[in-house]
Amino acid sequence: MGLVKTIIDVKEIEVERDRWALDVAREMGIYIPTLCHHPALQPYGACRLCVVEVTKGKGTWLATSCDLPIREGLSIRTNTPEVIKSRKMTIELLWARAPAAECIQRLAKELGVEKPRFSLRDDLGRCILCGLCVRVCNELIGVSALSFTMRGVERKVKTPFDRASDICIGCNACVAVCPTGHVVSVDKGAVRDIETWKTKLEMVRCEVCGRAYMPVKELEYLQAKLGEQTFLEKVCPMCRKSQTVACLEDVTANKEDIECAVSEYRGMKN
Amino acid sequence: MSDRERMQAARKQGKPCVTICGGSGCRANRGLEVAEAFRNILKKKLLGEEVDVRITGCQGFCAQGPLVVLLPMDTLYVSVTPEDVEEIVTTSIEGDSIVERLTYQLPGTKKRIFRESDMPFYANQHRLIIAKNRQMDPHSIDDYIAVGGYGSLVKAITIMEPDEIIDWVEKSGLRGRGGAGFPTGRKWRACRQAKGYPKYVLCNGDEGDPGAFMDCSIMEGNPHSVLEGMAIGAYAIGSNHGYIYVRYEYPLAVENLRIAINQAQEYGLLGDNILGTDFSFNIRISRGAGAFVCGESTALMASIEGFSGEPRAKHIHTSEKGLFGLPTNLNNVETWVNVPVIIDKGWQWFANIGSENSKGTKVFSLVGKVKNTGLVEVPMGTALRQIIYDIGGGVAGNRRFKAVQTGGPSGGCLPTNELDLPVDFDRLTEAGSMMGSGGMIVMDDRTCMVEVARYFTKFLTRESCGKCTACREGLLRMDELLEKITCGRGCAEDVGLLEEVGVYVQTNSICGLGKTAANPTLSTLKYFKDEYIAHVVSRRCPAGICSQLTTFSIDGAKCKACGKCIKSCPVEAVTGGKKVAHIISQDKCIKCGACREVCPFDAVVTM
Repeated sequence: MGLVKTIIDVKEIEVERDRWALDVAREMGIYIPTLCHHPALQPYGACRLCVVEVTKGKGTWLATSCDLPIREGLSIRTNTPEVIKSRKMTIELLWARAPAAECIQRLAKELGVEKPRFSLRDDLGRCILCGLCVRVCNELIGVSALSFTMRGVERKVKTPFDRASDICIGCNACVAVCPTGHVVSVDKGAVRDIETWKTKLEMVRCEVCGRAYMPVKELEYLQAKLGEQTFLEKVCPMCRKSQTVACLEDVTANKEDIECAVSEYRGMKN
Repeated sequence: MSDRERMQAARKQGKPCVTICGGSGCRANRGLEVAEAFRNILKKKLLGEEVDVRITGCQGFCAQGPLVVLLPMDTLYVSVTPEDVEEIVTTSIEGDSIVERLTYQLPGTKKRIFRESDMPFYANQHRLIIAKNRQMDPHSIDDYIAVGGYGSLVKAITIMEPDEIIDWVEKSGLRGRGGAGFPTGRKWRACRQAKGYPKYVLCNGDEGDPGAFMDCSIMEGNPHSVLEGMAIGAYAIGSNHGYIYVRYEYPLAVENLRIAINQAQEYGLLGDNILGTDFSFNIRISRGAGAFVCGESTALMASIEGFSGEPRAKHIHTSEKGLFGLPTNLNNVETWVNVPVIIDKGWQWFANIGSENSKGTKVFSLVGKVKNTGLVEVPMGTALRQIIYDIGGGVAGNRRFKAVQTGGPSGGCLPTNELDLPVDFDRLTEAGSMMGSGGMIVMDDRTCMVEVARYFTKFLTRESCGKCTACREGLLRMDELLEKITCGRGCAEDVGLLEEVGVYVQTNSICGLGKTAANPTLSTLKYFKDEYIAHVVSRRCPAGICSQLTTFSIDGAKCKACGKCIKSCPVEAVTGGKKVAHIISQDKCIKCGACREVCPFDAVVTM
C-alpha cells in the first residue's frame, strides 16, 4: 500500500498506510489501555479508553487509536493531560456502571481514579458493552448467536428475545474474550450451562474415559466446516494426548522410526 | 392537444384559483375540510370548471392557519374554517370584495392586510425555497414544470459538464443545511474523485429535531425539487442510484415523494436515459423506524443496508466508503433543493445572498413563545432579533424574552444580549450554540433553563445508539444530575460535575449526536449559571417551573377576585369569593401553573 510518515509522541516514523495507530504505538512500546479491542477482531471503537490526541493540519481532536488508520500528515500524542483526563472519566463511568467488575476497578486505580463520583448501578452485572462477545461470535466463529438489543442506556447484549439460543454451539469463545468475567459458562456433568445466555447444551462423552468434553453442537459445527472425517473418534483432549504419547513411547530416538510411527498413527485415523 | 398545450390550458394566466395550505399545521386545523367545502360549494354554484381548487404544500404562517389564497387577486385569508367558505365564495369569487374579518389584522392596530407581501411576517423574509410551495399542488408534476421546475436539470445534463456543475456549486458557497454546514461542492468533488462503482447519492430526510419541520414541508410540499436536485448531483458526481431516507413519522412525505418519482419517470425526467441522454438515475425511498440517531450519516447508511442505526468513526469519509462500502454523497433535503436554484440563476447570484462564509438562505421553524409561529426563510446573516421580532412578531403574550434555542438537541440557548448575532453557520457556533438544521425555539421568562437542559438531555439519552461509553454513560449521568438539580436535591458540586461530564461527552463521543449532546447543558451553564445556582443554593426555581422548588401564591394587592384562577385549577386548590382576595392552598397545589397562565393581572407569583 505504501509507506507514510507519521509522528507518534514526538517520534517520527514511517509505517504502512492504513495500519491502526494503536498497533503501531504498542509496537513502539507505548502504553495504551483498551477494553473493547482484540487482535483477532475488527476494531470497534466503543469503550473509548484508547483515545489519543490527533493533529492534522490546523485541527487537533481526540480519537480512538484502535480504529484510526495512519495516513500522511497525521501526528499523534498518546499521553497529554487531555488524554489522561478523558481516560479517567471513561473508566470512572464504567466503574459506576459495573461496580462488580474488579478488573475495571484495578484499571481505574492504575489510571488514577480513586472512586467514582456517580451512583453505582447493580442491575447490569459486569457488562460494559464492549461487544467482544457479539463480535467474536459473529466475526470469528460465524454463528452470530448474540446481538446488541435496544438503544442508548437500554442497550443490552442478548440472544433473540432473551431466550435459550438454538444456534449457539457452546464453544465458550464469548467467555474467553469477555474482559470482566460477565459471561459465565459452567460445565455441569454432561451439560454445558452458559448461564448468561440461558443456554444449555448437551455434551459429547469421551469414548475412552467417559468425561463430557465438548458440546455436541460444537462438534457438529466443526465437522460441517472442516469435513466429515474430523472427529471420527470422539476422544477428549486428555485421552488424545495419552494416545499420542503411547504411540511415541514405542519408538526409539531414531528419526525414521518416529516418522514411520507418526504416519502409522495418521493411517489409523483414515 | 399536446402535453404542452394541455399544461398551459390548465394554468391559464388569470384563471381563478383557490389555494388552501395543506401543511401539517393547517391540516390539523381542518384545512382539508376547508378545501372540501370549496369544492362542494363551487360545484353547487356551477363554478367547478371556472375556478380551480388547489391544495398546496406548507405556506409557512402556521400560527394563522388554515391559510387560503385567492388567485389571481392574491388575497390571503387566515384562520379559515369550513363554515366561512360560503361567505368567501359569495363575497370574493362571485363578488369582488374582501371578507374583512378573515384577513390578517396587524397586531396592536386596526389595520387589515390581505396581501401576503404586505404582511411583516412574509415581507421580512427571503423565501427563495419555500415560496414555490404556494404555487403548486405537490401531486402535480405539471404544476412544478409550470413554475420552472426541471429546467435546471435540463440545463445541467444537456449543456453543462459534471466538473462545471461541481465548480458552480463550490463557487456558490453552498454549505450543508442539515446542521454540520460542510461545503457541498467540496463533498461532491471528493465523491466524484473517489474510486469505486456504483456511487450513491443520498438524501437525508430523517429530520429528527423535535419541533423541526423544514424538510417535512419541502418533501411534502415540493417533492419534485428534491428529485431535481438529486438528479443534478448524481450527474455531476457520476452516480446512477439514489436513496431518499425519510423518517418513519413522515408518511405524507413518503407518499408525495413516491407519486413524484413515478410522475418524473413517466415524463422521462428520472429513470433510464433521462431526456434521451446517456444519463440514468433511479431513486428509491428508504423509511426510517423511529431513531433520531439515524439522521447521522453513517448510522443512516447502516440503516439503509438493513442494520441497526449505529454510527462509526469517520476517519475514512463516506464520500470514499459509504453505503455498501462504496463512494457515497449524502446531503440534507434543504441542501438538495438549493441546487436547481444555483444552476438556474448562476453561482454569482446565489453567492450574493447571505454572509461572508454562509451563502444563500436558511429555512427555520420558528416555534415556542413567539407570536408568529411557522416556517420562515431568511438570508444567512440575518440577526436573531430580526427573525424573532420583525418576522416573529415578538414574544407571545408580550412577555419578556429570555432565550432562543437553536439547533435542536444539538444546539444551545442564547440570551437577550446575544440577540444581535447574525444567524449563520459560524457565528452561533462561536457563541456556544449552533444553527443546526433550523429549529428555533423562543423562550420567555416562564421557562426554566435548567429544565430545558434536562429536557434535551433526557431526549438524547433515549436516542443515543448506546455504542460508545462517552455518549451512553455520560448522558445518563448528566440526566441524573439534572434530575437531582431540578428536583431540589442538587448541590454546588453537582453543577461542577455536570459541566465536567458535558465537556467529556463533547470530546470523546464517536458521532455528531454525542459530540453535540452536551450543548444544551453547556450553553445554559454558560449564559444562565445564576439559575443553576438558585436551584442548588437557594433551592429556588426563578422561572417557577420546577415544582419541588416553587410555591405558587397570590399577591393580595394585585388580585381583583375575578375567579379565573379558581376555574382553571385542576385540583380545586384556590379559594375565594367576590371582592375577596383569592388564596392558594399549599397542601393541594400541584404546581401546574395554570392559575398563573390565566390570571389577567399577574397576581399569581412564584417563590
